Amino acid sequence: MLFTTFAIVTVAGAVAAMSFRHLVHSVLSLIVAFAGLAAIYLLLGAQFVGLAQVLIYIGAVAILVVFAILLTRNTREIQRSIAVSSWRQSVAVVFAVFGVLAWAIYGSGAISHVMRPQPEVAIQQIGDALILRFALPLEIIGLLLTVALIGAVTIAMQEKKEKR
Amino acid sequence: MLGEGIAKGLVETARNFFGSYVNKDRLTTVQYPEERIPQIEATRDFPFLVYDGGDWQAGMRCVACQICEKECPPKCIYIEKSKDKKLDAVGKPQFYPAVFNIDISVCMSCQICVEVCPFEAIKMDTEFELSTYDRFGGLLWDKARLSKSNEYYREVHPTDAAVSDALLAEEKAKAEAKAKATTEAKTNPTISNAPQPGSGDRPAS
Amino acid sequence: MGETADQIFVTLQHSIAGYAPAGLRPVLSTMLAVIAILGVFALLFAMTTVLERKGLGRIQNRYGPNRVGPFGLLQPIADGIKSLTKEDIVPQAADKAVHLLAPISLVLAAFTLFAVLPLGRNMVLVNLDAGVLFFFAVSSVMEVAIFMAGWSSRNKYSLLGAMRAIAQMISYEVPLILASVTVIMAAGSLSTVEIVARQSGYSGILPHWFVFTPWGFAGFFLFMVAATAESNRSPFDLPEGESEIIAGYFTEYSGFKFALFFLGEYIGMFAISGLGITLFLGGWSAPLSFLTWIPSYLWFFAKLLAVIAMFIWIRGTLPRLRMDQLMNFAWRFMLPMALINLVTAGIWHFFEHGVLRWIVCSVVVVVSYVLLGRGLTQGWKLERRIYRFAE
Repeated sequence: MLFTTFAIVTVAGAVAAMSFRHLVHSVLSLIVAFAGLAAIYLLLGAQFVGLAQVLIYIGAVAILVVFAILLTRNTREIQRSIAVSSWRQSVAVVFAVFGVLAWAIYGSGAISHVMRPQPEVAIQQIGDALILRFALPLEIIGLLLTVALIGAVTIAMQEKKEKR
Repeated sequence: MLGEGIAKGLVETARNFFGSYVNKDRLTTVQYPEERIPQIEATRDFPFLVYDGGDWQAGMRCVACQICEKECPPKCIYIEKSKDKKLDAVGKPQFYPAVFNIDISVCMSCQICVEVCPFEAIKMDTEFELSTYDRFGGLLWDKARLSKSNEYYREVHPTDAAVSDALLAEEKAKAEAKAKATTEAKTNPTISNAPQPGSGDRPAS
Repeated sequence: MGETADQIFVTLQHSIAGYAPAGLRPVLSTMLAVIAILGVFALLFAMTTVLERKGLGRIQNRYGPNRVGPFGLLQPIADGIKSLTKEDIVPQAADKAVHLLAPISLVLAAFTLFAVLPLGRNMVLVNLDAGVLFFFAVSSVMEVAIFMAGWSSRNKYSLLGAMRAIAQMISYEVPLILASVTVIMAAGSLSTVEIVARQSGYSGILPHWFVFTPWGFAGFFLFMVAATAESNRSPFDLPEGESEIIAGYFTEYSGFKFALFFLGEYIGMFAISGLGITLFLGGWSAPLSFLTWIPSYLWFFAKLLAVIAMFIWIRGTLPRLRMDQLMNFAWRFMLPMALINLVTAGIWHFFEHGVLRWIVCSVVVVVSYVLLGRGLTQGWKLERRIYRFAE
């Protein structure tokens, strides 16, 4: 029952994010969708992923989207309706994707009635895995982030000098 | 080093905080209405009419000359002269005000009425806690409310009252001397009726 | 005797929950704990508002409020009545739903932060394995609430204040989290209960609190400065300063919603001080080994009151920082300091116990503090090189 509630919240948030006319309303309902997803992760017992979802998606990505919207777009409401002229084709594509996903999920072993014991993944294990087994991907991600940071600083720095 | 100024500031505020409990002089707050700052002598708030003696109607110094009414900038004084006369402060029969109203919600305490009054009749009071619940008539004072005795004037403005009393005493002495001279001239017709030097119209030196 | 006094609330909770049928017992005991937390911290909020005003008054050589009740201590009741009876003005162009949701979500997020703070021995609401991560996750929801508040008023000053507030909170989250990571490294766990348990030993009479180590001391200082910035408190209260931008992101709020914002901010301040106490000051453990007979929750609240007093003291002392000074401080001083602190904590962990690690770690911390401080005050900047050729 909890899962149904959270699933409805997530889907409703996602649908609302598409259908609101005002961009900032869309972002706020996207935040609701992220929160619903985080709740589902927590329901599954994945504490780290769920909380990281809140911290990163709601705390950083959503705020980034908001900044991006407010700094670039004109945030007046879109006056025309959101329905597009080619809506029949898009509905067909949606149903096709849903069908493929449903077939894949039913066909796999995930919906068997035998409940395997949930693996106890303590956060310690995640940390160990990151440092020991996945050390190289971790370092590469770190390098990528550093490059991005330095690039941002360089771009901003140059702009300051060019203004003279 | 970073943070040195902050540390000094923190020490200073801590000294203020603990000092305020130890040394009551640090707190400059005057807890109104339990305490009041003593007013200086030259405080002026709103006018009052001075009367001599015990009876406020008989001893009122105002002779309804209406100079203060004309000079008042916001025109907050309203005077109606009486029909009969009474004795004034120096003993001469003068008119008196039948109606003397001051609207103190209009009065701006400029003291011009005090400065122009030739009879030392209107002076500035020092009371300021005058709020009233009556919005329309509560701050329109009539002559009964405005009259206060000369003893009260001596209390609130001692030096000014001394000057005012001296001035009135001098005028009274002059008026008495003049009255004595005229009665002597009347009883003794041999003494010449020509104006005596040193009396009458010339301003006193 | 000491044991019963210490656990009195836990036994009370169990005895009341015992009246319910077995299925509902965990729900009921959690509800009791939630009600207790709400009540206690709301009361603490009320007390803090009046104590802050009186404290600031004394610092500024005047009395604080002293008319309502003895020494003015019933002032929050007057404030509460005022907030409740004021007219709730919503601007016509404002976004009504978001305008209403913003203070509510702020207060919700702020109160949720208390779920992982151990207020005493065995007195944590939820013993999450990832307690500290939960705390930071929920505090990022507070930023969203502030944005909602600033944007929904459709007022350019509110929006500006909200943007500044979010920029400030995001910038200071990085040193905050890095300072906490040193503690997590030292304790080996993200669970707040485990972190407090690591700090509850005594060597002689002195406790094992993390603040009494070089990296812990620096980390505590960094954490507290970042916490002041996270709660938008003076001297970091540019987004909400009255003389700067009217009231920033809560300009258009009046009456009860304004009181809710106030409540949310103060509760956020209590929660983050609570986390600082849990991480660095040993949570509910007593400072000296012969004082452990005093109940644990009393120690927690004593430390919380001391931290709040420190906040009030700093508020009364320092002028407000300008936005660029604020950001410079976060990125140029606090972030490098936090990273160096992380390295220091690692050095501490891998040396054996003794004087050597004290000396090495202290030297690293002090030298980096002095150099970074000098860099900050002299305004060292990254600049492009301009080559001048001899003509």
